[in-house]
Order: sequence, then structure tokens, then C-alpha cells
Amino acid sequence: MIKTLRNLACIALLFAEGLMAAELNIEITQGVDNPIPIAVVPFSWEGANALSEDVAAIVAADLQQVGEFRALPRGNMLSMPDEAAEVFFRDWRILAQDYVLVGKITHSPGSQLVQVQYEFFDVAREQKLVGEVLTGSMSQLRDIGHEISNVVYEQVTGIRGAFSTEILYVSAQFISPELTYYRIEKSDYDGRRSQVLVESQEPLMSPTWSPDGTQVAYLSFETNLPRIYIQEIATGQRRQITDFPGINSSPVWSPDGTKLAMVLSKDGSPDVYVMDLMTNQLTRLTDHPRAETEPSWTADSRSVVFTSDRTGQPQIYQVGITGGFPERLTFDCFYCAKGRFLPDGKNLVHVRRDTREDNSYSIAIFNIETQRLITLTDTSLDESPSVAPNGSMIMFATKVNGKGVLDAVSIDGRVKFRLPSAQGDVREPSWSPFFN
Amino acid sequence: MGTHSMKFFKTTVLALSIMGLAACSSTGDEEAMASSAATNSSADTSAAQRAEAERLAREREAQARMEAAALATTVFYFDFDVSEFMASDRDVLAIHGRNLAANSSRRIRLEGHADERGTREYNLALGERRANSIRDYLVVNGASLSQIETVSYGEERPADTGQTEAAYRLNRRVEIR
Repeated sequence: MIKTLRNLACIALLFAEGLMAAELNIEITQGVDNPIPIAVVPFSWEGANALSEDVAAIVAADLQQVGEFRALPRGNMLSMPDEAAEVFFRDWRILAQDYVLVGKITHSPGSQLVQVQYEFFDVAREQKLVGEVLTGSMSQLRDIGHEISNVVYEQVTGIRGAFSTEILYVSAQFISPELTYYRIEKSDYDGRRSQVLVESQEPLMSPTWSPDGTQVAYLSFETNLPRIYIQEIATGQRRQITDFPGINSSPVWSPDGTKLAMVLSKDGSPDVYVMDLMTNQLTRLTDHPRAETEPSWTADSRSVVFTSDRTGQPQIYQVGITGGFPERLTFDCFYCAKGRFLPDGKNLVHVRRDTREDNSYSIAIFNIETQRLITLTDTSLDESPSVAPNGSMIMFATKVNGKGVLDAVSIDGRVKFRLPSAQGDVREPSWSPFFN
Repeated sequence: MGTHSMKFFKTTVLALSIMGLAACSSTGDEEAMASSAATNSSADTSAAQRAEAERLAREREAQARMEAAALATTVFYFDFDVSEFMASDRDVLAIHGRNLAANSSRRIRLEGHADERGTREYNLALGERRANSIRDYLVVNGASLSQIETVSYGEERPADTGQTEAAYRLNRRVEIR
């Protein structure tokens, strides 16, 4: 936990509020039928001034956003305990709550730091499941709230929570036909605390995280040609890493961090290449006169999934990084593209248009072992799926009333939430890895 | 407005192709007439020469006008999921190609675009393929590869931000710059 908080401190120091960032406001668009009832009691605070953040509200919002929980409205609570001694399970049984979270925030006089103590209870078993004290600065209360959500989520579901993760995305603010501001922004997973990492009047595309979460790679047209850049998130320091003729696109780090897959059309048509980031040496993975693009890595860093229209329409293939003949993964669709595996390595998330006639692009999951297909979305211009590091949700871009928005859907399709942008279009979300 | 300019563009191309055909078919006849005129009296000869000179001047004018119109035509549209330029654009593109051949210091940039349907990175590939289709035809008509830079913007720079078929039609394009 100390390590976590050290990381939190770094994050807080390095990011002042982004002035121009497109503020995203979360909307839950679909939840499960029987969400787990949980009471998140307001955390007590005895300081002179009101706190900048309502930690309990952050936890309740986190848990509701992923759809599996329903937080009890505060007005319905019979008591507002802030520690174990004050928790009477009968009060919560009457309200049909399965779980109760209580907490208190204190600070030593003269200190800049606050202590957040929380305790989490199972109502039916009348048992404390977990309790901890987290220390941080006032500006880290939101991070501490997300940490508590991670613990609660994992206690109940057995799955690691991804509430402390972040997203990268592209925003485009149209000013006039001659002027559009393109930005790569970074925010919390829920769209809060957005910050601009880079801004340009030429298009920016394909932001992607390094596996350690410290760098971002993207495509910028700032030289009037599409070129790949890598930027240190903490310092803003950036370098152009490609300058080949034609398309230079689709950068994506190998999970082991040593290589960058990319698409280059320097040899006549777009093909997938791998650059060794130590030696800058290029290895060509595909060699075909049609388009090969949209690489993504398998978890073992040993093969790459890509889109190719070698049979006429885009389909998804996989090839080993030592070369060889690509294996085709999708067949029964008019347009299957942008494939990436869930952490299990069997379920392939992709963009899918079933037939030429249906004219609708959805996010779908195809299990390459069982051949089972699940279409997750019912919007029609869906693209750029990105999987949460715990494998539970997929964020993607779509259009709603002509505006680009970011949507998230659980991998079973039951839960959906939306992050519409208050200004301009947002697109190309990239979900961060876990930061610790 | 987008749809309107599209219609205007189509009529221009049609007019140009008709003018092109007329120019080609007239040349042979004029030569035959000019040689027969030479056997007549001197008065007739000078009148015929004048008429012939005027005709040639008109023809040159028409040719220049057509070339100017063709060179002013710098946006070429594509069918859905198609990367070959439309057959109706062939004569305009040929004029661009010959103009580049005649002006070896001229440099152009071909910017390829796609509509927003489908994935962004695949659309980048589609835009490049469209630009290359036009580049190759310019080269066939005498342009040098070194005169032409191609770049694809994929779906990143739509001409029309709407979600209609008409908007998509305007966005699937290559622009000569």
C-alpha cells in the first residue's frame, strides 16, 4: 500500500488541471437486472473546512458504473456509522443491504496529510471483510476513493478492480472548415481529471500505452505526413520514431515492452512491421500487396493479430513474430477488423459488420476455440475497442446524434456506460494497464 | 451545399469529355479541307487560310479552356469500398498527367480520404490506395514519380461531417494539392 501511495503522489504532482481538456461526464446506460445492494456510508471528517472530494460518493459511483452494484441512497440510511463499533447489522438487514462500507477521514494538526480509515462488512455473515488506513494528501482523496473501490470490488467479485486505471483518447474540436484542434488526452477511467498530452491542428491518431504506463505512442500528422511519436507522460518529452515514406501508423507496444509493432507502407502497400526499441531494427511480419494493418499483440509477445483485406474484404489474421504463414481467424463476416484478444487469449474482441446489407459496425467477441460469437453493441458506427486490464469491460468509440462519444460495455454485454464529451468529438480510447 | 457542388462537378466533367471528343474528331477533316482549299484561286486561298487560321485559333482556345478547366478540377470521388478512380475522371486526370510531364519542376500532393464507416486505421490504408490509383494514372500519362507525394488522411479530415450517404460520397475522395 505504501508503494501505491507513492505512485499516487507522483501522479498528483505531475498533473496540474488540464485547462483545455474535454470534460467527460459518465452516464450509466444499462445495468444488470439484480445488482448487489451495498450501503456506502458517508465518511466522517472533523476538519474545519469541507473536503474537496466526497470519498464515499466516489466509491459508490465507481461500483455503480460497472453495473454490478446498486448503492443505497443516503436518505434511506437509518444510521451513519463511521467505524466498526457503530455498525449495527440489523439496521442494514432491514434495508436489504448485502454489504456496508464505512470510513473516517482524519488529519494530524499542522500536517498536510490525511488518513482515510475504511472498513467493509458482509451483512448476512455479520463479519468485517477488510479494513485499512490509507494516507495521502488532500489532492489524492479521489485516488484513495478509487483504491477503496478496487478492494471492495475484489472482495465481492474475486476480480481485481480497475478503478485506478486511466484512459487515453483523441478529441477533435471543430472550429471552422480550415481549423480543427486535435488533442490526445488522458483521464481517469471514468472520464474525470482529463488532461491534454498533445495538441495539434493536424490530425492525431492511435494513442496507446506503454505496458508500464509511463509512455504513450501515437500518430501525428504535424509534419503533414503520418509519423509515429513516443512521449514520456510525466515530462511531456517526445521523439519522432519513424520517418518512412508512405503510411507510418498503428503503433502498439509488445506486452514485454521491448518492441513496437507498427504499419508501414514504404514497400508499396501497408504491411505490419515490428521495431526493436533497443536497436531500432525493423522486422517485417507481413508481405502482401493488399493492406495489412491494425496489429495487436498476444499476451506472450510472440504473435500479432492484424487486419488484412487480401481476400477482398477486411478479415482478422494472426502471425508469429518469427514469420510464417498467417492464420485466418474470422470467416463469416463481411467486415471483421481491429482484433485484439481478451487476457484469456481465446476471446477475440473486434469490429464487425455481418453482411454487406446490414451496414452496421458493432463490437463483438468471437471465441476462436468454441466459435461462439457475442455481439455486444447496438450502435452502428462502433470502432476502436480497448479492453480494461482486468478483462471485465471494453471501451470503444461510437457516434451518437452525430457526435463522437466513448462507450464501455462489459464483456458479457450486460452493463454499459457512456462518457460523452461536453465539447467536440472524442474517439480512439485506449485503456491503461494497471499502474502497480 | 456539398451535394450541389458535386452535381456541378459532374456536369463539368461531362462537358469536358464531350469537348475532348469534338476536338479529336475535327482535326482530320480540317486538314483535308485545308489541302483542297489550296488548289483554288488565290483570293479563295487567302480567305480559306484566314478561315483556317481562325478555326485553329478557336480550337487552340477551346483546348486551352478545357485544359484550364481540367487542371482546376482537383477533387476526385470514389465509390464505397472502391479504391480505383471513376472512369469518368480519366480524361481530366490524363490532362493533369500531361501537364506534369510538360512542367517537370511542378510538384503535387495527392491526399486520399475515406468515409467514416469502418475502422480508422484500415481507412488510412484505403485512402492511400485511392491516392496511389490516381498517382499511377498520372505516371502513365507522363508525370514522374518524383513530382508526386501521396498522403492518406483516412477518415480524419471529412469534407462533410454528416452521417448521410451524400456526406459519405463527398468524403471518399482524393484531392490534388
